[in-house]
Amino acid sequence: MKSLEDLKKLRDQSLKNMTMRYQTNGTRVQIGMGTCGIAAGARPVMSKFLEEISNRNLNNVTVTQVGCMGECAFEPIVEIVEQNGNSTIYCLVSEKKVAEIVEEHIIGGKRLERYLLSGVKR
Amino acid sequence: MLERMHILICGGTGCLSSHSKEIKEEFDLLLKEYEMSDEVKLVMTGCFGLCEKGPVVVVYPDEVFYSHVKVEDVSDIVKEHVVKGRPVERLMVKDPIDKKKVKNFSELKFYSKQKRIALRNCGNINPLDINEYIAKDGYLALGKVLAEFSPLEVIDYMKRSGLRGRGGGGFPTGLKWEFASKSVDDQKYVICNADEGDPGAFMDRAVLEGDPHSVLEAMAICGYAIGSNQGYIYVRAEYPVAVERLNIAIKQAREYQLLGNNILGSNFSFDIELRLGAGAFVCGEETALIASIEGYRGMPRNKPPFPAVKGLWGHPTNVNNVETFANVPVVFLKSPEWFKSIGTEKSSGTKVFALGGKIQNTGLLEVPMGTTLREVIFDIGGGIPNKRKFKSVQTGGPSGGCITEESLDTPIDFDNLINLGSMMGSGGMIVMDEDNCMVDVAKFYLDFTVDESCGKCTPCREGTRRMLDILNKICEGEGSLEDLDTLESLGNMIKDTSLCGLGQTAPNPVLSTLKHFRDEYIAHVVDKVCPAGVCANLTNYVVMDNCIGCTKCAKNCPVDAITGSVKTKHFIDLDKCIRCGACKKACPVNAITSKPEGWEERING
Repeated sequence: MKSLEDLKKLRDQSLKNMTMRYQTNGTRVQIGMGTCGIAAGARPVMSKFLEEISNRNLNNVTVTQVGCMGECAFEPIVEIVEQNGNSTIYCLVSEKKVAEIVEEHIIGGKRLERYLLSGVKR
Repeated sequence: MLERMHILICGGTGCLSSHSKEIKEEFDLLLKEYEMSDEVKLVMTGCFGLCEKGPVVVVYPDEVFYSHVKVEDVSDIVKEHVVKGRPVERLMVKDPIDKKKVKNFSELKFYSKQKRIALRNCGNINPLDINEYIAKDGYLALGKVLAEFSPLEVIDYMKRSGLRGRGGGGFPTGLKWEFASKSVDDQKYVICNADEGDPGAFMDRAVLEGDPHSVLEAMAICGYAIGSNQGYIYVRAEYPVAVERLNIAIKQAREYQLLGNNILGSNFSFDIELRLGAGAFVCGEETALIASIEGYRGMPRNKPPFPAVKGLWGHPTNVNNVETFANVPVVFLKSPEWFKSIGTEKSSGTKVFALGGKIQNTGLLEVPMGTTLREVIFDIGGGIPNKRKFKSVQTGGPSGGCITEESLDTPIDFDNLINLGSMMGSGGMIVMDEDNCMVDVAKFYLDFTVDESCGKCTPCREGTRRMLDILNKICEGEGSLEDLDTLESLGNMIKDTSLCGLGQTAPNPVLSTLKHFRDEYIAHVVDKVCPAGVCANLTNYVVMDNCIGCTKCAKNCPVDAITGSVKTKHFIDLDKCIRCGACKKACPVNAITSKPEGWEERING
């Protein structure tokens, strides 16, 4: 390292890998990963979420794996819990839908009505 | 790929000795098995402070705090919490105060009352990864100082912050740096005193193990201020984990060119080496420490000349303690005024205390100066276990004294503790309850200083030995009232005439217990009774009339010395009794005593 600027750059970069330990607010992405979820392909969906979030440098989003959410027929199910407590449940999430959810919901703040569990399930 | 979970495992010496390393290996194995090594990061941190609950595992982002984790528990945490997102309730920490399971780490009272400056990164970062320290603004203070400050401005900042030496003396750090900077010489040295020796104090070890870079950074800042290019850390070889982590930290800092020549593109060069001590208490004294680094026997010499004028190999040297150094970067990251605003007027900042003895939350805590002893012991420490009564707290280790119930509301700072006849010392705090014999406690500390006296000056070498002889005599029941006077005059003489701090403070535990607990000494020499039931020769257990005849004492007696039938008062055969105290512990109604008749009235009236 040659200068104070280099140090600051390294700091910002390193901090990104640690935000989870210091930030208590932000958006949480919960992915149903009971046997049903995993069988329906929840794991690649989660990897996709992690990838998208990290590519876009979103510092205030955490991804959590949770158990069966009770609607096994509609797995993979993903719940987005926002900082204000609002929760949105998406169902039949595919890797393709992940990018849309990240872009429009997590960044844009707009629910994607067509993927909602409440919309698909009658 | 982004990690979704960080699992922090305490890697302080306390938790390591209860197998936290094996716990980490087990996590590693299981995460590989579940193919989750990429998503879940394992971090071995420094001490979390709540050693009583170790081994400690904290899972982020949920902030779940698991206590007393065993290797067998790891698979539950992985299968339930990591895979399914369901925290394992059975392993969650219980609040020692209201006994409720606490999910979130920040809900623990032990942490909510603390303010962590010196320990800011302990238990938060991976001490083996310089990037994690840098992420937490590490080396930024050094960078700022090199780019924007003159050495004189650095010293001015330190003086304005009001930081005082945390190793025991409480000497203003800024002044110390100023003295060393004013000495003219082309070679000067910075020494970090990591020869932590007070029984029961382990804050320096925690900093070195949990946040070694903070000490390296501060030493470089000090080097810049006083004009030194070489630092030494004098650490005892008994701290293998600290030594290992320091070595790794120094290596990483050199790789990043944060140590070495022309740091961060400036003209300033500084390097640090370790020097291992063999663990002699006297080497905590700076002139003895310097002698030991030079390769001589660790013995103090007369001051002046002070090390700031003539120190290591005859060159000006600045010696500061680990905790003092750990505070330094924060003064530059925030501001001297910010630092000064914490604590009391004459003692700014915070102090780390190692809480031990008869206390619920054994461990390490950091509070602003001016916090009262009562808050530390009862709110953060959780009070005395087993419903026993508080008797006294010993601060300052073998150099300090005992503080009693009536002084518990005193705000803790350097000067208040000295006024109470004790001292801050390095921050060890040993809590004692009614089952501790104060004569025995004094004997314990004196036994330590007699062992650790280097032998150079007569008052310390011979005087402490004679005092210990008298205490032994008293504990065996051979003491007289005159002995108490001899102890006092001998103690005062040793304080006045010893060469270094070790001898000058060695009589303190005896003098302060003599002052506050004279009744107990008198019971030993006149009544020939040890009221706490510790000194075996002076303990005679009797059953009092409130005995309910439950037979528990008789069942617990290892030598069958207790007789009596159900629902009648029992009797102890003192010829058979070995004074183990098992009966007293077993009695549900406190009917067994070793106190002399009328004792309560005597100490209360």
